[in-house]
Amino acid sequence: MIEIENLTVVFGDSDNRVTAVDGVSLKVAAGESFGLVGESGSGKSTILRAVAGLADSTGSIVINGQKQGRKRDRNFYSQVQMVFQDPFGSLHPKHTIDRILTEPLVVHDVPDREAKVRAVLDQVQLGPSFRFRYPHQLSGGQRQRIAIARALILRPKIILLDEPTSALDVSIQAEVLNLLDDIRNELGVTYLMVSHDLGVVAHMCRRFAVMRQGKVVEVADSRHLGTGTLEHAYSRQLLVASKGYDRAVIDAFADL
Amino acid sequence: MISASLRSWLLSDTPDSRFQARAGRFYLGWLTFAKNPLAMLGLIILVLLVVMAVFASWISPHDPLFGNLEDRLLPPSGKFWLGTDENGRDIFSRIVFGARTTLYIIGLVAVTAAPIGLLIGTTAGYVGGWVETGLMRLTDAFLAFPKLILALAFAAALGAGLENAVLAIALTAWPPYARIARAETLTVRGSDYLAAARMTGAGGWRILFGHIMPMCIPSLIVRVSLDMAGIILIAAGLGFLGLGVAPPQPEWGSMVSEGRSQILEQWWVCTYPGIAICIVSLGFNLIGDGLRDVLDPRGK
Repeated sequence: MIEIENLTVVFGDSDNRVTAVDGVSLKVAAGESFGLVGESGSGKSTILRAVAGLADSTGSIVINGQKQGRKRDRNFYSQVQMVFQDPFGSLHPKHTIDRILTEPLVVHDVPDREAKVRAVLDQVQLGPSFRFRYPHQLSGGQRQRIAIARALILRPKIILLDEPTSALDVSIQAEVLNLLDDIRNELGVTYLMVSHDLGVVAHMCRRFAVMRQGKVVEVADSRHLGTGTLEHAYSRQLLVASKGYDRAVIDAFADL
Repeated sequence: MISASLRSWLLSDTPDSRFQARAGRFYLGWLTFAKNPLAMLGLIILVLLVVMAVFASWISPHDPLFGNLEDRLLPPSGKFWLGTDENGRDIFSRIVFGARTTLYIIGLVAVTAAPIGLLIGTTAGYVGGWVETGLMRLTDAFLAFPKLILALAFAAALGAGLENAVLAIALTAWPPYARIARAETLTVRGSDYLAAARMTGAGGWRILFGHIMPMCIPSLIVRVSLDMAGIILIAAGLGFLGLGVAPPQPEWGSMVSEGRSQILEQWWVCTYPGIAICIVSLGFNLIGDGLRDVLDPRGK
């Protein structure tokens, strides 16, 4: 479904170059939920933005058998949608929920918008009473549900999830993750999910890639997280770090 | 003043329609505005100006265009409330009819200059690159001249007349709006909600008009309403210099100009139109301050 070959993303001009993603290759099968984990600045979110066409990249990105060029066509956006990290920044503050959800339908000239907006609100477990509110009248978890609804409304085959729960309270995180899980089981969409939280990845994804300094250091099976049988030393370190702060353990970390 | 059921409909947390959501938002803004007594004073001045302009023929006791030469330069009295000018015309009637000219000028400048500035500024900010460089250097070129001098040059080149005065003022008024719009656009350009809008597959124009402009309009409205006072003064200045309205038509600036030779002996001829200019300018400034409290999120 998603095939990334030798993807490289470089920011800045010639004096001040940062290689955010450095020759990454990945394959994600249809209906799979694939995780990208790594520390801040490891380039995991940049891969998502490159796949979405929001960042310029070199290398090849093939979505559903179609190679993507520099400019994405409209058809691409009906197949690939994205949920952003910060639900406070990803909804337009001057648009009602109704407008936010209707807009993709208008752009793609989809008929029967009224029913579709109601259905998708239902799907993310928000009632019709939310429809004409503004984002500032909603809580963080509700906003993220709206962002998920916006990504769902065009019935895409792939949803890119950029740390969809890291801006939310722990109690709300579980709700949103379960919602995303249900949606995938119901609709069979493919997820490419970025997270710095190994627990979230273990819950959501069968396979995941560990990233560091723009490179994939290991692609592992999330069942290995339970047994701790990760190959790369950095991955193991990340796993230990995800279990909480422990002075002795942190002191033992090597700067790999 | 407003019935309880309408109030609860407006302030509902769960509006049932697009219209109710928008009306509720507007009502909340109005409540903030109404809390500011000075802003309300400004609004009252504006309403009075509009009423004066609309009902000028009923309000004015005398003909504003033709006077009786026997009545020239009479001081304020029961018959001529604010006195008469050197052609024997009633000054009060001329001020009332002059309100039409003033409203016409500021209305026309606002609906031409603000959208031009908005379009140029948001386009420059969103598109970037050489388009931005070109548009903003053009803006800088206009800004390099003092406003009144540039308006004078345009008005002189286009010829005297109300339409040309409006055009001259509009041509000099848009650059600050373009700058504000560009600055606002730059602050939202990298936001996630614009990335999300691009992810829907929306084209550049849809994003520009539907997503970027709504973010720029509030600060632009505030700036335009604060500029209104300046526009009235420039219009009055052009009228004073004879580049505004053609003579028999009443215009506050040219009325001040006509009275200046008798300013010491017949002070009322230029004082009352001057007070009218002053009050209306003040009114717009007060409204602008009130609107800033309502619309500008940074003020809070």
